[in-house]
Amino acid sequence: MSSKTIKTISNPKLKLEVLTQEEVKKIHETTLQIIEKIGVRFPSKRALEIWEANGADVNYEKKIVRVKPHIIEDALKKAPPAYKLAARDPQQDLLLDGNHVNLGTDGCGVEVIDINTGEKRTSCLQDVRDIARIADATEEVAFHWVAVSAQDAPVEARGLHELKAVWENSTKHVQTESVYNVEEAKAAIEMAALIVGGKDKLRERPILSLMQCTAPPLGHDGGSLDAALLAAEFGIPTGFMTMAACATTGPTTMAGNLAVGNAEVIAGTALLQLAYPGAPVFYAAAQTASDLRTGAYTGGGPEDFLFGAATNILADFYNIPLSMGSFATGAKEPNWQAGLEGSLSTFMASIVMSDMLLGCGFLHGSRIWSFAEMMLDCEIFSIIHKMMQGIEVNDETLAIDSIAAVGPGGHYLGQKHTRKHMRELFMPQFMDRRPYSEWETKKDDARDWAVSKARKTLKEHQPDPLDENISKEMDRIIKSVEK
Amino acid sequence: MSEELYKEMAQSIIDGDSDISTELAKKSIELKMHPLETITKGFVVGVNYIGDQFGLGEAFLPELVMAGEAMKAAIAVLEPELLKLGETRQMLGRVVLATVEGDIHEIGKTLVGTMLSASGFEVVDLGVDQPADNIIGKALEINADIIGMSALLTTTMVRQREVIEELDKEGLRPRIKVMVGGAPITRDWVTKIKADGYSEDAIGAVKIAKDLVGKGN
Repeated sequence: MSSKTIKTISNPKLKLEVLTQEEVKKIHETTLQIIEKIGVRFPSKRALEIWEANGADVNYEKKIVRVKPHIIEDALKKAPPAYKLAARDPQQDLLLDGNHVNLGTDGCGVEVIDINTGEKRTSCLQDVRDIARIADATEEVAFHWVAVSAQDAPVEARGLHELKAVWENSTKHVQTESVYNVEEAKAAIEMAALIVGGKDKLRERPILSLMQCTAPPLGHDGGSLDAALLAAEFGIPTGFMTMAACATTGPTTMAGNLAVGNAEVIAGTALLQLAYPGAPVFYAAAQTASDLRTGAYTGGGPEDFLFGAATNILADFYNIPLSMGSFATGAKEPNWQAGLEGSLSTFMASIVMSDMLLGCGFLHGSRIWSFAEMMLDCEIFSIIHKMMQGIEVNDETLAIDSIAAVGPGGHYLGQKHTRKHMRELFMPQFMDRRPYSEWETKKDDARDWAVSKARKTLKEHQPDPLDENISKEMDRIIKSVEK
Repeated sequence: MSEELYKEMAQSIIDGDSDISTELAKKSIELKMHPLETITKGFVVGVNYIGDQFGLGEAFLPELVMAGEAMKAAIAVLEPELLKLGETRQMLGRVVLATVEGDIHEIGKTLVGTMLSASGFEVVDLGVDQPADNIIGKALEINADIIGMSALLTTTMVRQREVIEELDKEGLRPRIKVMVGGAPITRDWVTKIKADGYSEDAIGAVKIAKDLVGKGN
């Protein structure tokens, strides 16, 4: 069950052009126009000072920055196009090089469908541990987000308790979206440094990365900006994620929404490059449409799927890696809607080779964690992983000898060629292909099998432990933030 | 010496390699090993292993089919030797298989045949497009325990009922049991035509056949 192997999508045979180069250029030009004429809000003293020092027009009262296009464009050119996300176990390092799609767990939820009782309840620190442990055993999950909020941990150091819980239960890379102030970021970097043997080693082996949400439309969060700047200083990969939603926090039309989100992300990214040229950064997005009846975040639907495919084209245009929201669903349980939204969003984000996919495990607009959903999402990822390999055409795969041996009529089940290649066919874990009569007696389905698998994994999987002394040191760091 | 050879025999079945299983069967004759022991201590061990692995989800259908074919190839070499000794293999039962008249689909039925043979049934597969008379005639000729009929079309599956009605008319049931199968076959249909058993796949068919001859577990 335990596997160090990580399944990533690479060398794809499928391609999709969702935006032409002409269209990308137009979105880029509109974005630059937004940043220059309308401006982006940066509610951080430090950020505003950096902007001013680099020639931007800064309104300190409104905290709005207007920047000439060449400043943004020149800054973005300094970002590294490819780098590595290091893992506690170096075998599990991940490449963000445009040729690997790495799946993460989603985050950050507030409720959990209890793995034993099946009842929904408030998320806690033990859930963070359990999810990390299962993700550690799963070959589809390449890295972690903090999946749920440890609501039983003190507020001022919650993000740190969560990080420690993940590191203690998995050797895979951790990207936190739950550290968004400078105090916690400082402590998180110290904790990461303990694992790699010093802050100076983090640049080479970033076992932690940071994801900060923007505040659409056209804004950032002050704590997030300061945390991101600190991370960039230490070579911790950092990304800004826009979740601009059509008709509420962004324009209704998809192109306009892309431009608003793009303005937030590239302005934030340019800021990091101005402060720390060459710092590893990534583009992050989970744009969506708002539900027209309620105004709610939809998490799914055709607009999401298209955003999933379009955003990597923008990230490629700026030549930086992308972390793309996928698997989001508004479904309340693992059902038709969850399967549909998970499949299409992930397929669209994968076919354009988004570097990171966020992520598996959630229901109800990324609020409720479901272990069954996590397992089912992993299988969807595996299916897409298989699809992305496309169809190999050569003498061996054309199978002419086998075709001749069987001739008209008969079957291929007894052919050596079949035996040689049969394991290339996808074998699902959770699809029901049983005889009807077998289903009729059991009436069980994918959800039952998925939760059983999660339970079994949680019971049996023993992750490589984190050094006890490191754990103790982490406790000390966390305590210092709590006091 | 023979222990080593038994292991190779079992392995040839597990590998689904008919060439090797045939060769090993011939070698056992040269070495004057008893054909029945060769079968039970050698080849059958391989069949059982692959069957168990299949049950656990570790082995796949092609491996099962290839094991069945390798077994069949070895038996074909050893059977005449057994007859010379005036002995026969203990079989679970005799089965006549056919796809019914008007229907030429047979992969499912062929698979059932392979699985039944590998499990110790004596199987006569008549092939496709078989009228009732042929099927019943062959069943009487070999004193069959079971008739197995396949149909893929709703327009041909009615022939299954005709065969059953014919058997009833001749008073041949319940001496001869009837199994049916094919994509359109449902439990309702099986009840309606009063067949004795049905399965949706070849593995299930073996279990049904064993039950019908009173040798189920």
